[in-house]
Amino acid sequence: MPLDRVLPTLAALAVSMVLFGLFVLAVGVDPLETYALMYTGAFGSWFSWQNTLTRAAPLILTALCTALPARLGLVVIGGEGALVLGGLAAVATALALDGLPPPVVYGAMGLAGMAAGGALIGFAGALRHGRGVNETIASLLLTYIAIAVMKQLVEGPMKDPASLNKPSTAPVPDAYLVGTLPGMDVHWGLALGVLFALAAWVLMTRTTFGFAARMVGGNPRAARMAGLPVGTLLVVTCALGGAAAGLAGVMEVAAVHGRANASMVAGYGFTGILVAFLARQNPLAVIPVAILFGGIGASGGLLQRRLDLPDAAVLVLQGIIFVTLLAGEGLQGRLPSLRRAPPAARPQEA
Amino acid sequence: MDDGGLGWWGVPLAVLAGAIRVSTPFLFVSLGECLTEKSGRINLGLEGTLVMGAMSGYAVAYGTGNPWAGVLVAGLAGTVFGVLHAAICSLERVNDIAVGIALMLLGTGLAFFLGKPFIQPQAPQLPSLALGWWSDVPQVQSALRINALFLAGLLLAPLLVWALRCTRWGMVVRIVGESAEAARAMGYPVNAVRMAATATGGFLAGVGGSFLSLYYPGSWNEGLSSGQGITAVALVIFARWDPMLCFYAALLFGGAGALGPALQSVGVTQGYYLLNAAPYILTLAIMIATSSSRHRLAGAPAELSVTR
Repeated sequence: MPLDRVLPTLAALAVSMVLFGLFVLAVGVDPLETYALMYTGAFGSWFSWQNTLTRAAPLILTALCTALPARLGLVVIGGEGALVLGGLAAVATALALDGLPPPVVYGAMGLAGMAAGGALIGFAGALRHGRGVNETIASLLLTYIAIAVMKQLVEGPMKDPASLNKPSTAPVPDAYLVGTLPGMDVHWGLALGVLFALAAWVLMTRTTFGFAARMVGGNPRAARMAGLPVGTLLVVTCALGGAAAGLAGVMEVAAVHGRANASMVAGYGFTGILVAFLARQNPLAVIPVAILFGGIGASGGLLQRRLDLPDAAVLVLQGIIFVTLLAGEGLQGRLPSLRRAPPAARPQEA
Repeated sequence: MDDGGLGWWGVPLAVLAGAIRVSTPFLFVSLGECLTEKSGRINLGLEGTLVMGAMSGYAVAYGTGNPWAGVLVAGLAGTVFGVLHAAICSLERVNDIAVGIALMLLGTGLAFFLGKPFIQPQAPQLPSLALGWWSDVPQVQSALRINALFLAGLLLAPLLVWALRCTRWGMVVRIVGESAEAARAMGYPVNAVRMAATATGGFLAGVGGSFLSLYYPGSWNEGLSSGQGITAVALVIFARWDPMLCFYAALLFGGAGALGPALQSVGVTQGYYLLNAAPYILTLAIMIATSSSRHRLAGAPAELSVTR
């Protein structure tokens, strides 16, 4: 990313750190100690790095769910729903194909999860194109519906009778659980996330598809005049984003929880929105930003134990970063008028 | 399951009771959001405002012993969030939807953080009117125990219709929502009007939140809101930006939410979660049915980004 896009983001992060520091100071906690502990909890040791990367894996994928459609000018916030459906589809596939060789089942689980997530967000894209339904509201409503469907299934048709306290599906058979990357205690989702992000970057910046998609994002009418298949581009890009989040769900089920239940609704989809915005919707930049937020999430436990800060401290920090970033983006528009002479009789608001 | 000998008659009664009881937060948030959207902006952050209102209202009611002080402070907390939303949105090149998502995150996080100490203690509750005194069936009595805030919402809806339609102030809000250019040309301060509309919307959403913690379910915890703030934002679209329709839609959504537990009490447990999701499905269905890629939603303020 060019420097003039990185600097404002870093500035927003710095301002957020000051604001969050003042906030913890107000509740009687030393900000410097807080940040030192956050660093320790996120990147201080190999152990915390692994924790951070495990949390970064789904964040990369859910961030792509927002970042890919953003190239066409859409604001999609349905990553959480796509993740949940992806996880459900993975469990259903693994249970249905029990007995087949693991490579076949891995492939089927991945495809089923990506298809489920892709269908959800692709549907939001299709509604946008076909009916003019706002994709932000639609994807959010679809998320709540997907979560309800998941709860209904794990309480009903897919419930494992052995799961009493926390209704869950039957566990994924051991043979089909996804292991860790060689040499570290981080599951394969991280590698898949990085690969997906790289592929998304290549697709969006190095292919005619990506060029066409960015053209739609820049000026939909011009794109239509030029004869581009706007509808197809819209639906396919949304479906790709949904597939990424669906894959996150597959990995959460197959590598972390081992079964589908309400634990899948852990907020990765919503944090992914913030990751995408902070990465300025660039699929490559999503990777480091996801690692940063994986780290913030990973340090939550340490803050709770050592400083007695509620676990919501992480949410507060995320909220402050998001608000500061957006406010900073708006203020940036005013900077040129500081440098140059203000244009005469400019309207107050665009 | 025995429920006082009412049997299946308990279901419509429970739905009616639920419609009145569950709808109040929907009503307040949607009336506030209706006003905000009439001025041409959408505030998706009301989910965070609602939770913040629930927490601060509960904390103040616990501290002062007066639930109405809690309602007031909840409203003021909501106002602060509304002002923040409007202030950031008045900068150039800022997407009001993105700001809403950010404030949703911030509001929920702050409420969970600051509300930690208030999960255990019991705060005084809002009073209610027992309009079921004529009946000796306990279910009827509890169904007709109507909270004062619901009555306030009942008055507020027609008041808002009148204010938007018949007052100069309402006209200015509508002009700003239909065309910022025209409003500017006529000399109205677009940003200030939107600020006022969003702040008022935030106040109402905060009050709606205080109902959750101070009346029903009546305590503060982190799972208090199950997306009512978001549903209410969608509800405004469902209700076509008409405050009276917002009132009926809030009753409908409240009743739909009560249908699951009501059926469960007579032994029908199938589809409990799907029934809970009924408001989302209804809203999506109505959006699909009434939107069109060629013209905008009927009744939508022309400046509103979500309907473009």
